[in-house]
Amino acid sequence: MAEKAKKNPRVAMPEQDPQVRARNFLEVPTGYTPKMAQEEAARCLQCKKPACVAGCPVEVDIPGFIDLISQGDITAAIRNLWTKNALPAVCGRVCPQEIQCEGKCIVGKKGEPVAIGNLERFCADYERENGTGELPPKAEATGKKVAVVGSGPSGLTVAGDLILKGHDVTILEAFHKPGGVLVYGIPEFRLPKDIVAQEVNFLERLGVKLECNAVVGRTVSLDELFEEGYDAIYVGVGAGLPRFMNLPGENLVGILSANEYLTRANLMKAYKFPEVDTPIPMGKNVVVLGAGNVAMDAARTAMRLGAENVRVVYRRSREEMPARQAEIHHAEEEGIEMYLLTNPTQYLGNEKGRLTGMECLKMELGEPDDSGRRRPVPIEGSEFHLECDLCIVAVGSGANPLLTSETPDMKLNQWGYVMTEEHSGKTTKKGVWAGGDIVTGAATVILAMGAGREAANSIHDYLTLGW
Amino acid sequence: MFKIVRREEMAEGTVILNEIEAPAIAKKALPGQFVILKAGEDGERIPLTMAYTDKDNGTITIIYMVVGKSTELFKELQVGDSFTDVIGPLGKATHLEKLGKVICVGGGTGVAVLHPITRAMKEIGNDVTCIIGARTKDLLILEEQMTEASHDLRVCTDDGSYGHHGFVTDVMKEVLEQGDVKQVVAIGPVPMMKAVSNITKEFNVPTLVSLNPIMVDGTGMCGGCRVSVAGETKFACVDGPEFDGHQVDYDELMLRLQAYLEDEKKCHNDYCTIRDAQ
Ligand SMILES: Cc1cc2nc3c(=O)[nH]c(=O)nc-3n(C[C@H](O)[C@H](O)[C@H](O)COP(=O)(O)OP(=O)(O)OC[C@H]3O[C@@H](n4cnc5c(N)ncnc54)[C@H](O)[C@@H]3O)c2cc1C
Ligand SMILES: Cc1cc2nc3c(=O)[nH]c(=O)nc-3n(C[C@H](O)[C@H](O)[C@H](O)COP(=O)(O)OP(=O)(O)OC[C@H]3O[C@@H](n4cnc5c(N)ncnc54)[C@H](O)[C@@H]3O)c2cc1C
Ligand code: SF4
Ligand code: SF4
Ligand code: FES
Repeated sequence: MAEKAKKNPRVAMPEQDPQVRARNFLEVPTGYTPKMAQEEAARCLQCKKPACVAGCPVEVDIPGFIDLISQGDITAAIRNLWTKNALPAVCGRVCPQEIQCEGKCIVGKKGEPVAIGNLERFCADYERENGTGELPPKAEATGKKVAVVGSGPSGLTVAGDLILKGHDVTILEAFHKPGGVLVYGIPEFRLPKDIVAQEVNFLERLGVKLECNAVVGRTVSLDELFEEGYDAIYVGVGAGLPRFMNLPGENLVGILSANEYLTRANLMKAYKFPEVDTPIPMGKNVVVLGAGNVAMDAARTAMRLGAENVRVVYRRSREEMPARQAEIHHAEEEGIEMYLLTNPTQYLGNEKGRLTGMECLKMELGEPDDSGRRRPVPIEGSEFHLECDLCIVAVGSGANPLLTSETPDMKLNQWGYVMTEEHSGKTTKKGVWAGGDIVTGAATVILAMGAGREAANSIHDYLTLGW
Repeated sequence: MFKIVRREEMAEGTVILNEIEAPAIAKKALPGQFVILKAGEDGERIPLTMAYTDKDNGTITIIYMVVGKSTELFKELQVGDSFTDVIGPLGKATHLEKLGKVICVGGGTGVAVLHPITRAMKEIGNDVTCIIGARTKDLLILEEQMTEASHDLRVCTDDGSYGHHGFVTDVMKEVLEQGDVKQVVAIGPVPMMKAVSNITKEFNVPTLVSLNPIMVDGTGMCGGCRVSVAGETKFACVDGPEFDGHQVDYDELMLRLQAYLEDEKKCHNDYCTIRDAQ
């Protein structure tokens, strides 16, 4: 098997050298050339029943767009992608391909799967740099008004779909800049902000109106939006509620949620402080709690801000780390240490209320728990101290109640997420749909977009046929 | 963009008033709520309480003390200039109730934050004694407005240059001793709120304070504004900014407010040096 893999290796995407990139904010993989893309496209077997498509939550026509790359028609390839996926430049970069499309690719059974994500990214980047920028045709105006609350990937998808169907669309965003997690969470070195800005600009050129600084639930309520004349509302406000671990000492100076740390770094560009006005704590010895994408992003950001060492502390083992493999690999290359099977028990501070370290326990894997993963159990007497002056807590997020608590007729589940009808995204409140992280809990960009597309179809039906 | 339609300097230019066009916010704002403002593309998001709102003209008014780089930048904005972003209304509104005798205590720019609450307390029929203080006479703000907003205004200065010579807490104690006080509202520097709360606890008078931790989003998504109240962690931007003064961990708040002190100082100094050189 290994022999075969060697014979037909995947075309590697060039990357910045780990030593160099660990101290800058430029994107890590630098992209395929057209020649590389064609070479990689040639590895696809053009399966009749493509397993890869079944692995993609929005069923991108993978063999179809790859075939067009092989033929050298990138313009057609990107148009093929757009029919299923409004943000290929984003998904090509951030989808967990190894458990989705690429994880199912037949070539992967005997070697490395086709680099579907890389090819998707290539098409989108090529179009951005060389395309005509021509707008797709828009249906005749229907005179119906739709409000999209939240400008993350799910909201952007809904806005894009509905404007093309002829509706009048306005996005309301709480932050001063649109893009949701794509701008405030995922760092520049993984997803350049210009790309997100350009996607938003594309929607604006299509006629989507954008109102930033609009905190729905505070500045305006859903009912007031209906009074203002909106016919339908999509709620895509994400899962913006940071979780902490409730350990002693958690409010010491130097302990931040990943949301705060990444928002300072990305949205407020604090990595350029004092050139910009928002500061960010510069840790020397940094600990990041958690092992998902958010944790990897926080750890790699801390390294780039000049940390001497960055440690990821996670209570389970490597196999259970939820982050994309590529991110774990990149993080390790950049010098980030993984303290696996380790659980923090308390924070330690000095008389100035500043963090100086934390106490941790070693864990071992016991019997499987409800999730089917082996439960980590503490090893008695294994306490040890970890010196640190900055700790970033990335142990997940919950449903932010700001909007939902002001909307009592929209039913929530026991965890505070919005309840919706399957495949349509309809909520229990008439004329209101919801999707993305505020429905599923923190998930992925592509799932949030998939939910947006389903809701957009359902909203269109409603606006043309009725509830 | 959010245009400044009126600007005043108070307390020898250390305190600035801006009336800003923000019709959507003015329409919804209630006493006790705040906004987050940002000037310029790379500006910081700064929380400030709305001292007045004018629904008819669609404006809100902020009164702030110039303490660091961002407020220094705000100070430069003139009538006709605009804030890039204004977000709100944020935070919970003050819980207003007709109780009887109420004392409102304010120090520094806390007086600006206290003003709309005091006025509302009076409007719903409370008997309001207001005590405001400043280090010295020239730093006192809103005396006239506070006179109007309350039934009885007492003024204190630390140096005795005006009104009672001493702290607001001395005067408050006198009023408390007369009895019958149903509630105290205290807004000002953290040490002042702490001192007030310690005294009112002895008198068993419920006390409301307004906390001003460092904030980023103001919508409950970052947790930077966490404060300990009754041993529990709360997010001041959504659970507050007002809390039961007897339950707040003031010492923790003071330490947390200093998180970026060194950075901010440097940033501010660099800015002033460059500005003055120009
Ligand atoms: C650091 C980080 C890294 C990640 N990495 C990956 C990755 O590599 N791959 C991947 O697939 N997924 C990743 N994810 C997850 C992914 O980003 C999310 O699942 C996705 O963004 C959810 O999209 P959404 O549209 O539902 O919400 P969001 O992207 O969260 O957008 C919601 C928007 O709504 C706005 N909003 C909230 N409340 C209000 C209100 N009351 N009024 C108006 N606007 C409001 C918010 O400000 C925000 O802009 C990551 C997440 C984070 C935080
Ligand atoms: C809900 C709320 C309402 C407020 N209302 C008023 C008001 O009406 N009038 C007024 O004068 N001040 C008010 N403040 C305080 C005001 O926000 C700070 O003085 C201001 O942010 C200082 O910014 P700076 O850059 O000029 O100073 P900096 O040099 O940044 O800091 C000076 C001090 O201000 C505090 N501070 C810094 N950044 C922030 C931030 N983002 N959020 C909160 N505090 C910060 C820190 O404790 C710091 O030590 C309020 C704060 C909050 C949280
Ligand atoms: S959208 Fe994501 S999962 Fe689907 S094909 Fe593209 S990279 Fe794969
Ligand atoms: S499964 Fe792999 S080889 Fe087959 S069509 Fe999909 S990408 Fe190509
Ligand atoms: S300011 Fe971010 S949670 Fe309060």
